[in-house]
Amino acid sequence: MADRELTFEIFRYNPAKPEIKPRMQTYKLKETTGMTIFVALNMIREEQDPSLMFDFVCRAAICGSCAMIINGRPRLACKTLTSTLPRTIKLFPLPVFKLIGDLSVDTGTWFRHLSIRTESWVHTSKTFDPTKEEERMDNKIALEIYEAERCIECGCCIAGCATANIRDEFLGAAGINRVARFMVDPRDERTPEEYFEVVGSEEGAFGCMGLMACDDNCPMELPLQMQLAFVRRKIASIGLGIKQEKKIKMGIG
Amino acid sequence: MSIYQTHITDVLIVGAGLAGERIAVEAAMHGHDVILLSLVPPRRSHSTAAQGGMQASLGNCAMGEGDNPDVHFADTVKGSDWGCDQEVARLFVENAPLAVREMAIWGVPWSRVVAGQRKLPDGRVIEEKKEKEGLITARDFGGTAKWRTCYTADGTGHTLQYTMDSMVLKLGITVHDRTEAISLIHDGEQCIGVVARCLRTGDLRVYIAKTTVICTGGYGRLYSASTNAVINEGNGMFVALNTGVVPLGNMEAVQFHPTGMVPVWILITEGARGDGGYLLDKNLYRFMPDYEPKKKELASRDVVSRRMTQHMRAGYGVDSPYGPHLWLDIRHLGAQHINTNLREIANIARNFAGVDPVKDLIPVRPTQHYSMGGVRTNKDGAAYGLKNLFAAGEAACWDLHGFNRLGGNSLAETITAGRIIGKKVAEYTKDATISYNYKLVDDAVKEQENRIKALVHGWNGKENVYEVRNAMEKNLMDYVGIFRNGKDLQKAVDNLREVYHRSLKIGLRSNGEGPNPELAQALRMPGMVRLALCIAYGALMRTESRGSHAREDYPKRDDVNWLKRTLAYWPDGADLPELKYEPVKITELPPGDRGYGESSAQSKGGK
Ligand SMILES: Cc1cc2nc3c(=O)[nH]c(=O)nc-3n(C[C@H](O)[C@H](O)[C@H](O)COP(=O)(O)OP(=O)(O)OC[C@H]3O[C@@H](n4cnc5c(N)ncnc54)[C@H](O)[C@@H]3O)c2cc1C
Ligand code: FES
Repeated sequence: MADRELTFEIFRYNPAKPEIKPRMQTYKLKETTGMTIFVALNMIREEQDPSLMFDFVCRAAICGSCAMIINGRPRLACKTLTSTLPRTIKLFPLPVFKLIGDLSVDTGTWFRHLSIRTESWVHTSKTFDPTKEEERMDNKIALEIYEAERCIECGCCIAGCATANIRDEFLGAAGINRVARFMVDPRDERTPEEYFEVVGSEEGAFGCMGLMACDDNCPMELPLQMQLAFVRRKIASIGLGIKQEKKIKMGIG
Repeated sequence: MSIYQTHITDVLIVGAGLAGERIAVEAAMHGHDVILLSLVPPRRSHSTAAQGGMQASLGNCAMGEGDNPDVHFADTVKGSDWGCDQEVARLFVENAPLAVREMAIWGVPWSRVVAGQRKLPDGRVIEEKKEKEGLITARDFGGTAKWRTCYTADGTGHTLQYTMDSMVLKLGITVHDRTEAISLIHDGEQCIGVVARCLRTGDLRVYIAKTTVICTGGYGRLYSASTNAVINEGNGMFVALNTGVVPLGNMEAVQFHPTGMVPVWILITEGARGDGGYLLDKNLYRFMPDYEPKKKELASRDVVSRRMTQHMRAGYGVDSPYGPHLWLDIRHLGAQHINTNLREIANIARNFAGVDPVKDLIPVRPTQHYSMGGVRTNKDGAAYGLKNLFAAGEAACWDLHGFNRLGGNSLAETITAGRIIGKKVAEYTKDATISYNYKLVDDAVKEQENRIKALVHGWNGKENVYEVRNAMEKNLMDYVGIFRNGKDLQKAVDNLREVYHRSLKIGLRSNGEGPNPELAQALRMPGMVRLALCIAYGALMRTESRGSHAREDYPKRDDVNWLKRTLAYWPDGADLPELKYEPVKITELPPGDRGYGESSAQSKGGK
């Protein structure tokens, strides 16, 4: 891999300068061992073009800031080694999300809106009593909740989703997964009917066309289609009027 | 006349990591209007990256039995090498269990006790009791007498931050993300808010508040090799320092983590060693038991980092293009354990170093990790020097950690301090009113506008911002590291002074328009170099070894002369901080032997 010269073709557009039309700009860089797109973009910014906009925070595939379209696929730039790519690397910002500039998009606003729509917090009538020990929970359930909560809101699933690209209000895989996270949580007192209000529509669980791009693109390897199936099954049975106790379904009596 | 957006609120919180959001939640629950500012969406804050866990003496798991706040207190004070404020440590240990339990009600899926027998990697068999089943469990972390670190699998910070942010959403708290506070508005006596730059448009904005709270996290990125997120540049600290009247406490106390992965410096959490991982040298020899027979790999962080450095200096490091390193071995824990309990570590090793820890060794070296120093506050979180100003979390020197922070005590600090200081902020704000001279605000904005103009047009010079930053990083890394000595520190101070003058002469190469990233960096640069000077100069003056501050030329802890906290001020026009000192408050536990590590043992009767 040594001594490759890489060519980066990068999408450029600064909304503060609308008179300059969106364009592709080419940069050349010598590849180094262990180079990631994070390393490469920082080198380009520091040595060739200080105006280049992109987002990294953790640079360790934990925070979800750096998703972009790399050679046609939505991926986390920080954990993409250049050695896994051909010599020419094309970078575009994620679609669906509002563009801030160049490779930087506003995933924060999108996900906040999603959280508010799905009321992504534990709905409980209980208040904290500092004198009491915590309520018990089966460790298996705890792990199950964590499994769904592992989503880092990077937006790869949304960017790759055909429905999300055409329908503004579609919750997408991240949204369905979010709802699943609260559905499996015994602390959340919402009834199945209340969940139905949130996801039982074309904007929610029934808008998916089953193209599976979300599953393919998720850098956290979350089982997004399985979560969708889980939510759909639950929602469908409510739609059909089949009453079920949430707690019994969760197996924690 | 300037035209800018102005926001007025009761409580303004700069920083939406765990500390900032916990205070926001408390203030909002007390009925205050709150605005949270953040460089990034709150869920992308650095807190999210913490994997290991959060200390609280619940004592539910078998190895935590008998734990209580007193034991946690003793560990924390020893860990700090008697540098901490004991009144604060007491408050903290009493409240940490409540903070953890409250997070459980709000939604954190804490890992729970599973009853039955379990074999530890070192062969010991432990039995978790039936009557404790389902309660919050804990894991082992360095420097603690009991297993006390509560966790959610390998995503503790992630689940804490997501849960906290869900409370912020639920309470309808206003969040302005992609907004950077660039200066405090003050008259030398009271703070009335901040000037901020919108990172979407580049516009300046004004925030006016009865109470302003700095929760901007640490300054890891002043060093070239750091485990920290790239946004951890010490912003809140230098914004406070720049006022000239707010001091920073103990800036020379910089923690290195034993296991940063070479060469990307991503942290391999202490959980790896807590779960039974070993350190090996180039001969694949496990060397830690030779140095620290009792605690081995799980001695306090400063101790392990120094032992590793010492061992590499003795020629036992593995050579690499990035300098010598050691190995972390977790292979014996087995694929099942590694792929579930240590999944993030496994992923990091695979994605960023191309090694599979199920069958390969992980290259590691001590790496800058945590800043014990920060905006000096009293035990209520109120900053010294300016009224209406508070600070919490890693940005603050509340002073729970003294000269060395124990693993798991920082997440615990953010939330516990958040609860305690949040209440104080709420009470304070209830009685506060703001009255200010409009000219003060206008001048504050103008000053920033002028700085921006000067940078864009290169009026003060043409220094390259990235070259200045690299020079600063290198000086700290090379001369103000794990082992320190007078000669190197003097060199660092001299060089950094020069770098500081260069930082005042930066000129942009791009046009600075809109959310221009070069301008953002240029605006921060002089403040960052000031922090670097506070670290280097504080370290030069402190002629002893305490916790993470290890002087080769003064290897002993010196309680007679140095049982005190450094306060660094930045007077107007200066190119070096002015250092003052205050005594450390000892209320319960007089200075003694830490029970591990070299420096403190020597100070006790020279043994
Ligand atoms: C890799 C890693 C792992 C860790 N693991 C653990 C662990 O297992 N256990 C433990 O106890 N500790 C751990 N720590 C330490 C702990 O994570 C941090 O100390 C803690 O999360 C800091 O929280 P905070 O709220 O103070 O700041 P942060 O979470 O860093 O948040 C800072 C906030 O301030 C904002 N901000 C910064 N500057 C500005 C500005 N100028 N204007 C507006 N907003 C601004 C940022 O956007 C962010 O929202 C770890 C640290 C690292 C580096
Ligand atoms: S920078 Fe955090 S996920 Fe890539």
